[in-house]
Amino acid sequence: MNLLEVRGLTTAFMTGRGEVNAIEEVSFSLKEGEILGIVGESGSGKSVTALTVMGLLPQPPARVAAGEVVFNGQNLTRMSDRDMQRIRGPGISMIFQEPMTSLNPVFSIGDQIMETIAAHERLSQADLRKRAIDMLDKVGIPSASKRLDDYPHQMSGGQRQRVMIAMALACNPKLLIADEPTTALDVTIQAQILDLLMDLRDEFGMAIMIITHNMGVIAETADRVLVMYAGRVIEEAPVAQVFDRPLHPYTRGLLECVPSLTEDKPRLVAIPGTLPEPARRPPGCRFAPRCSHALPACSEAIPGLELLEPAHAVACFRAKELAPA
Amino acid sequence: MAGVAFRRLLSAIPVLLIVSLISFGLMRLIPGDPAAAIAGVSATPAQIEQLRRDLGLDQPIYMQLLDYYQGLARGDLGKSLLLGKGVFAATMERLPVTIGLSLYALVFTLLIGIASGIVAALRQNSWVDQAAMMFAMIGISVPNFFLGLLMIILFAVHLGWLPSGGYVAFSQDPAGWLASTTMPAFSLALLQAGLLARITRSSMLEVLRQDYIRTARAKGLPQRKVVLKHALSNALIPIVTVVGIIVSLLLSGAVVTEALFSLPGMGQLLTQAVLSRDYPMVQGGLLLVTTFLVLVNITVDTLYAVLDPRVRYE
Repeated sequence: MNLLEVRGLTTAFMTGRGEVNAIEEVSFSLKEGEILGIVGESGSGKSVTALTVMGLLPQPPARVAAGEVVFNGQNLTRMSDRDMQRIRGPGISMIFQEPMTSLNPVFSIGDQIMETIAAHERLSQADLRKRAIDMLDKVGIPSASKRLDDYPHQMSGGQRQRVMIAMALACNPKLLIADEPTTALDVTIQAQILDLLMDLRDEFGMAIMIITHNMGVIAETADRVLVMYAGRVIEEAPVAQVFDRPLHPYTRGLLECVPSLTEDKPRLVAIPGTLPEPARRPPGCRFAPRCSHALPACSEAIPGLELLEPAHAVACFRAKELAPA
Repeated sequence: MAGVAFRRLLSAIPVLLIVSLISFGLMRLIPGDPAAAIAGVSATPAQIEQLRRDLGLDQPIYMQLLDYYQGLARGDLGKSLLLGKGVFAATMERLPVTIGLSLYALVFTLLIGIASGIVAALRQNSWVDQAAMMFAMIGISVPNFFLGLLMIILFAVHLGWLPSGGYVAFSQDPAGWLASTTMPAFSLALLQAGLLARITRSSMLEVLRQDYIRTARAKGLPQRKVVLKHALSNALIPIVTVVGIIVSLLLSGAVVTEALFSLPGMGQLLTQAVLSRDYPMVQGGLLLVTTFLVLVNITVDTLYAVLDPRVRYE
């Protein structure tokens, strides 16, 4: 059985111009201990997907218009908020893009880690403290017992992200959602945080859903990758296949945008045009207006996600003919 | 934290100096002769002249000022011209009435203002929000003496639940004190409560959008804890600043309210003193009220450091 099963998920937002789908018919699954990368530009629906799974979108204006999220055999989309509180933390937990603002400035980090554990387990104050120190140790905060009483403003961005990770893992979740966990950090710190996540995955054995716009992060961490564009999944495959044989023109474009140290590319290629706003998405294939291979038919119907090769699905009418030999 | 309080105490000294100078100067700018006022209409010019000399008012102004500051340096606020007793003693009889009334009104303000602000923010744009903000608007718009009159008509005249005026000291009879101050305190509080409700609402809305609130939810904390611990503790920081201002507004509003409900407070004392040109009483009374206000603001600033660790460590 899969740990997480997302089927046909559509999340809509009420806006001034009526209801708009932020994500549409998103389906994927995640096995225990697996690392799934979700990649796409800003506005492609990665974060909305994650927040819908967590049930953290404010309703209204957001609404799950269709589909379901099944976690560990339980349908989260039909769950009351009170029941959802029991899932968040020990079931699924999440770290965010902005470590500078994701911690509450007026409480010590120890307090914030301890209250997470206390919300889900009955422990004495002394045991809570011990667990919190232990977690800070595990995420590589030196002299953890002293730092426990520090406030967020006394720490650097990298340290705060470590504290966020300690907090997210304090209840030993089965799934960790990492929403752009390194985007706001310095390049050197980025690598440290990714290494830390990989080490902790080996130690805690949780599954990870890592959201990023950075193909390099995907290459380094993920087992499988989901490419999103304008609210839809357009390609899904094991990570090696996506890098070796990208089947969707958009994925190929994304990979060409990655600068390489070894290959001799005269110039970085950029995908022409911009991602359409949710309210102004074109009919048919969402990528067609920017695609150099688009045919008139591409603008008439939305291509579905189809398995073209084993474990490699793509949503493109011309994927087969365009596939590299 | 002690450092913050100490720095504020030091900065209070020039404030008090300036206030004492202003009250001294203003009183002497008002036309009218205290000696004539005290001696009464039937006094002869010679009697008035004699009284003026006795009170030291025949001295040039700079001598009077010097005299005043010499007295202050000794901790002596002087004697009231009208009451014939020390300014400090006279103030201490009346100030507790006003402070008690203002603090009682502050309790109403905080309870009504903060609670309705939180509820309105949590239900933004719902009917609850709109009703709360409408009442806040009414509270802000209705003058407190008018509200006081309406309350007297309803609760004292028609229902007979509460006395229409008069004062019972808390030390004598706490229940009697409550009965005599509840209407004045409530009518005094409503305006400030309306103001505070609006400020609390916008402060809460601002905080509820923050990333750390999403983090608190993502950890699986119950809604109660997300709102009352994580959101309110941050929303309170701007609110506390406003509370310092609210206390001073309550104190000045108390003057009118005291007159309406015939409470023997500072308002009555100072109004009388101004009308009869009781120089020492006005100067000393104002200085003591200012001292109280300065202490309130120091407490508020210190509270700021308690609430916000970023201030504490600066």
